Amino acid sequence: MNEFHPTLLWAIPLLPLLGCLINMVAAFGAPERKTIPTLVGPSVVGIAFVIAVVNFVGMLGADLHAPVVERYFQWIAVGSLQIDAALQLDQLSIVMTLIITGVGFLIHVFSIGYMKADPGYARYFSYLNLFVFFMLVLVLGSSYPLMFVGWEGVGLCSYLLIGFWFKDREKADAGKKAFIVNRIGDVGFLIAMFMLFSNLGTLDFIPIFETAPATFAYGGAVVTAITLFFFIGAVGKSAQIPLYVWLPDAMAGPTPVSALIHAATMVTAGVYLVARSSVLFALAPVSQITVAGIGALTALFAATIGLVQTDIKKVLAYSTVSQLGYMFIGVGVGAFAAGIFHLMTHAFFKALLFLGSGAVIHAMHEALHHTHSHADAQDMRNMGGLKKYMPVTWVTMWIGTLAIAGIWPFAGFFSKDEIIWMAAAHAVGPFETWFRVVWVIALIAALLTAFYMTRLMVMTFHGENRTGERERGYLREVPPVMWVPLVVLAVLSVVGGWINVPEAIGHMPILGWIPHSEWLHEWLHPLTETADGIMLQNAGELAEQAPLGGGAGMWAAISFALATAVVVITASTLGRRRFLPADQAETPTGFLGVLYNKWYVDEIYDAIVVRPVLALSRFFARYIDRGVIDGLANGAGYASRAFGWVNSRVQTGLVNGYAFMIVLGALLLLAFMLG
Amino acid sequence: MITQSLWLSAILFGLGVAGVVFRRNAIILFMCIELMLNAVNLAFVAISRSVGIDGQVFVFFVMAVAAAEAAVGLAIVISVFRHTESVDTRDFNLLRW
Repeated sequence: MNEFHPTLLWAIPLLPLLGCLINMVAAFGAPERKTIPTLVGPSVVGIAFVIAVVNFVGMLGADLHAPVVERYFQWIAVGSLQIDAALQLDQLSIVMTLIITGVGFLIHVFSIGYMKADPGYARYFSYLNLFVFFMLVLVLGSSYPLMFVGWEGVGLCSYLLIGFWFKDREKADAGKKAFIVNRIGDVGFLIAMFMLFSNLGTLDFIPIFETAPATFAYGGAVVTAITLFFFIGAVGKSAQIPLYVWLPDAMAGPTPVSALIHAATMVTAGVYLVARSSVLFALAPVSQITVAGIGALTALFAATIGLVQTDIKKVLAYSTVSQLGYMFIGVGVGAFAAGIFHLMTHAFFKALLFLGSGAVIHAMHEALHHTHSHADAQDMRNMGGLKKYMPVTWVTMWIGTLAIAGIWPFAGFFSKDEIIWMAAAHAVGPFETWFRVVWVIALIAALLTAFYMTRLMVMTFHGENRTGERERGYLREVPPVMWVPLVVLAVLSVVGGWINVPEAIGHMPILGWIPHSEWLHEWLHPLTETADGIMLQNAGELAEQAPLGGGAGMWAAISFALATAVVVITASTLGRRRFLPADQAETPTGFLGVLYNKWYVDEIYDAIVVRPVLALSRFFARYIDRGVIDGLANGAGYASRAFGWVNSRVQTGLVNGYAFMIVLGALLLLAFMLG
Repeated sequence: MITQSLWLSAILFGLGVAGVVFRRNAIILFMCIELMLNAVNLAFVAISRSVGIDGQVFVFFVMAVAAAEAAVGLAIVISVFRHTESVDTRDFNLLRW
């Protein structure tokens, strides 16, 4: 085993930044020319991916235990606070970098086709490159402040891209909503950083994770507070209850943006944050059960909303919220590798599903455009039977659906099953009962996932076509620049799970022909071993059996069988049902109506947060600002003007008057001097 | 003699002050200022009899400066007259509030 030296590590984030600048110049200089953005936009991300692969191969061949940190220059130096602009390459950040640049590259390529008719083409690629830059800073930064730079940067890019078509009021508002809701979480992140610094005197990852186990007591109040504040940040960024409301609205942006930012990368930053801080979270069992509990609630809650949505992107948005909940279950129960594993497979199949929905919307839009129809191109009730017109999209999206539903041997089966199993296995220690609840919720949500995804596929691709007589003639498959990324992602959605096949499944009949590897688990082991050690020492050994009995293999088989059953039953029942186009369909009532209206959460937030804040602002504006503040400012003006007016009476303009004043003054002076 | 001279000087000065304060004609104002200056000159001369020659020297300075002042002042009055067609100080009120 040889020494590892990173290759061109600095170029990985800087290339997308360069691409952003070039595209920005293009956007200002020649917005109607598309050559430069088409060449530069995807290729900078592609080159960054190649460099990441080179580094990854180097890491595979080296005896790498400690993270490699490259320092470039001192960024902040205030008293004892020293922060360098430094990049940290380790097993976790390389996995994230490969996902971001790899999936990011495919989505950039897809965007060439999706955005080709858009007047903001160069601007779009400029934002997208900037996003990749900030996302790479987020995962490669070697300290919390640097991570925060990326954290805020991706938030900015998310805002810019959600509101990309800012002339539409609703879309601009969605961008604002995402930005504001994220600010709430960012406050938590900041407070956690302050507390870390005041307790440990540093914000660099390596010294923090070395000193934390000795400094903080297991389950102590300080480390619990720090991790809970970090989790508030993660809740905002990763759209968990109660701050998930911005993500469904974020679908206002272009669909590739939804795939890249709001499914594959940015929203997983919270999961990355928890996994990166694994040592701190392992020290705080209260935070761990909070993370897992919020994750489980979100997974179930978002899945119930996804059951009845009719907008194809909204279904996928709630599905993303739900899957992020799974990742938090993973990192919450202490199975950090499982959380990152699901993050990776989810990046594959959810990017695939979003790009597939983008292809569908693109085709629908073109068809509706030809006949000048104003029907909703994203409403699944207007689709149906598209498999005849878009075979490639149909097949690849089914692969994505089977992957997310947890059907063996697709990627989602391995990652989701591992999380569910880990929730059961970690049901030891002080919060045993709660972890069991998490496990049950995770099982139920998995079945809901299988249902709503199958429903999406049936409504979109199967049954009769409901687009309309004339529109039907214009429906056709998207160009290769759009379907090739779909195929690549479909392949990844199939094989992506095989890098981490658990031992229990590897020994089973039929399911076991894929060699069990647990590769990702071992790969991330140097980063998680401290956390694993803390949990082993304090919470005890992992359980061998699920709460209801049975080992990992048995429950894997059960969840596989249940998911398959749900997919088959849903497909056959809904396949026979006749759906009505959107303009003829009735809105659901009763409990389904509550789900259709997303549990009225937006309305509740509107009533208890937005309106009071607006009312308070109005009060402050009218009485405090206009009355007191403006009153003081105007009062000062009026007072000096009045004073001036009184004194100006003396300036009579009569020379004699002035002379009289001089005489009076002289007499006074004289009296003073003599007296 | 000094006492009487100083009294005369004081009376002349007072007349000058009263003229400056109460008269409206700019030319008369100037004459009153001259009156005050000369009242002071008289006081200088009277006191110099007992104190020394310095006061008399001062008188020459005052006369020279008074002549210069009269030249400048009259020039101002003439140019103001070109604007307002008047030497009444009540008409010189452009800079009032």
